[in-house]
Amino acid sequence: MSAVVSHDTQASSIDDALPVVSLEHGKKSFGTTQVLRDISLSIDKGDVLAIIGPSGGGKSTLLRCLTLLERLDGGALTYGSLTVAQDEGGIAHYGGPAVEHEARNRFGLVFQNFNLFPHYTVLENLCDPQMRVLKRSRQEAEARARELLGRMDLGDKESMVPCELSGGQQQRVAIARALAMDPEVLFFDEPTSALDPELTQGVLRVIRDLANESMTMAIVTHEMTFARDVADRVMFMDGGTIIEQGPASQVIDHPTQQRTRDFLASY
Amino acid sequence: MEFAVMMGILLEGLVLTVEIFVVTLVGALPLGILVALGRMSRCKPLALVVRLYISLMRGTPLMLQLMAIMFCPYYLFGLNMGPDWKFFACAIGFILNYAAYFAEIYRSGIQSIPRGQYEAAEVLGYSRLQTFMHIVLPQVIKRILPAMGNEIITLVKDTSLAFVLGIMEMFNSAKALAAREVSMTPYIIAGLIYWCINLFIELILTRVEKRMSYYHD
Repeated sequence: MSAVVSHDTQASSIDDALPVVSLEHGKKSFGTTQVLRDISLSIDKGDVLAIIGPSGGGKSTLLRCLTLLERLDGGALTYGSLTVAQDEGGIAHYGGPAVEHEARNRFGLVFQNFNLFPHYTVLENLCDPQMRVLKRSRQEAEARARELLGRMDLGDKESMVPCELSGGQQQRVAIARALAMDPEVLFFDEPTSALDPELTQGVLRVIRDLANESMTMAIVTHEMTFARDVADRVMFMDGGTIIEQGPASQVIDHPTQQRTRDFLASY
Repeated sequence: MEFAVMMGILLEGLVLTVEIFVVTLVGALPLGILVALGRMSRCKPLALVVRLYISLMRGTPLMLQLMAIMFCPYYLFGLNMGPDWKFFACAIGFILNYAAYFAEIYRSGIQSIPRGQYEAAEVLGYSRLQTFMHIVLPQVIKRILPAMGNEIITLVKDTSLAFVLGIMEMFNSAKALAAREVSMTPYIIAGLIYWCINLFIELILTRVEKRMSYYHD
């Protein structure tokens, strides 16, 4: 049953004791708008973190900073023992392209809009990154790809192109593509927001299976029931700060902050 | 004059026409990508210089550009170029001019690729070169094919401008024949040959488009 989550990644034993990812005092502004105000978080191996909150609250920006799609203005970012950005006098200093490349090998990101490569077949979407980035042989890459596609109930879709698939299937391919790179942590940016309710379930089931296999994950989501069921920890963000965090059942069922209660009341 | 002799002279010209056409494509198709990237460069001075170059190439007659390149070695440096220079000048002129047009088409295609494609590739660990060559460019080619087809067909006809340099391509041959025979027939035949070439190109373009229609985005 442990076919999907591969534990034989490059992480050393020292890394096992450290959080998979850790952000300290993360700050980010766009122009004069402060989007992240002093955010700290860390995710341990096997943890599932759900990040909830209203639109514009900074959730996506947080994820984009963690995945190096955006640069922090201030703060420190580490992946295991790998320091990606150091805080020096409130300014984030990045370690350079080599460090960032190594960090990218440690995480995966699943986008709201899937962002599959439309000109590649499903199989090629999974194999091309493995071969170009991880330098795996075609046989190796195809074996890993087929194994994951089988687990995602997409075994019969490998020679199709993304536009021939439903949104839910595309998102499962995107998850498989990320997993094929054997990340230590997988980030999801509203993975079901572009899907209709029927297709949402298939994607959520896949993520739930991953959680059961102790995949380390951070999920930005608007699916409260799902967050409560799957996440070990829930973080409520608004106005660029963490308003409240804790065990899923506590934050969602018994929030202590008025702002959290107001938000959850709309669900 | 016998029809066969006339055809022979026109077909001799056709060889040169095809040579100019092929050399221009081989030079301008890749150069256009570089020009497009320069035009979009974050290095402002480079982008500005490239913009100026594109503006000049599109804003002045190609015939004038051909003449300028032909005669600049003499007027600027006092050099007397050999008899082969004609063709080189012609090739340089066509390549520089068409690269500018191609560059703008490439740019439109590159800028139409959603940011998510770049981000997905970046997160997966692709280098910038890998992202461009394997993720962006194949999608760009599909999108710009119709616009490129337009330019390529125009190029077939534009080769006739080489006559200003005294190159005996097909149009120039037809002109000479028409003057000698006092007849419109060579022009008509030349026109039909241009059309046939373009029919063939249209056929190829349709095939390529069809081959790329296995996906849409």
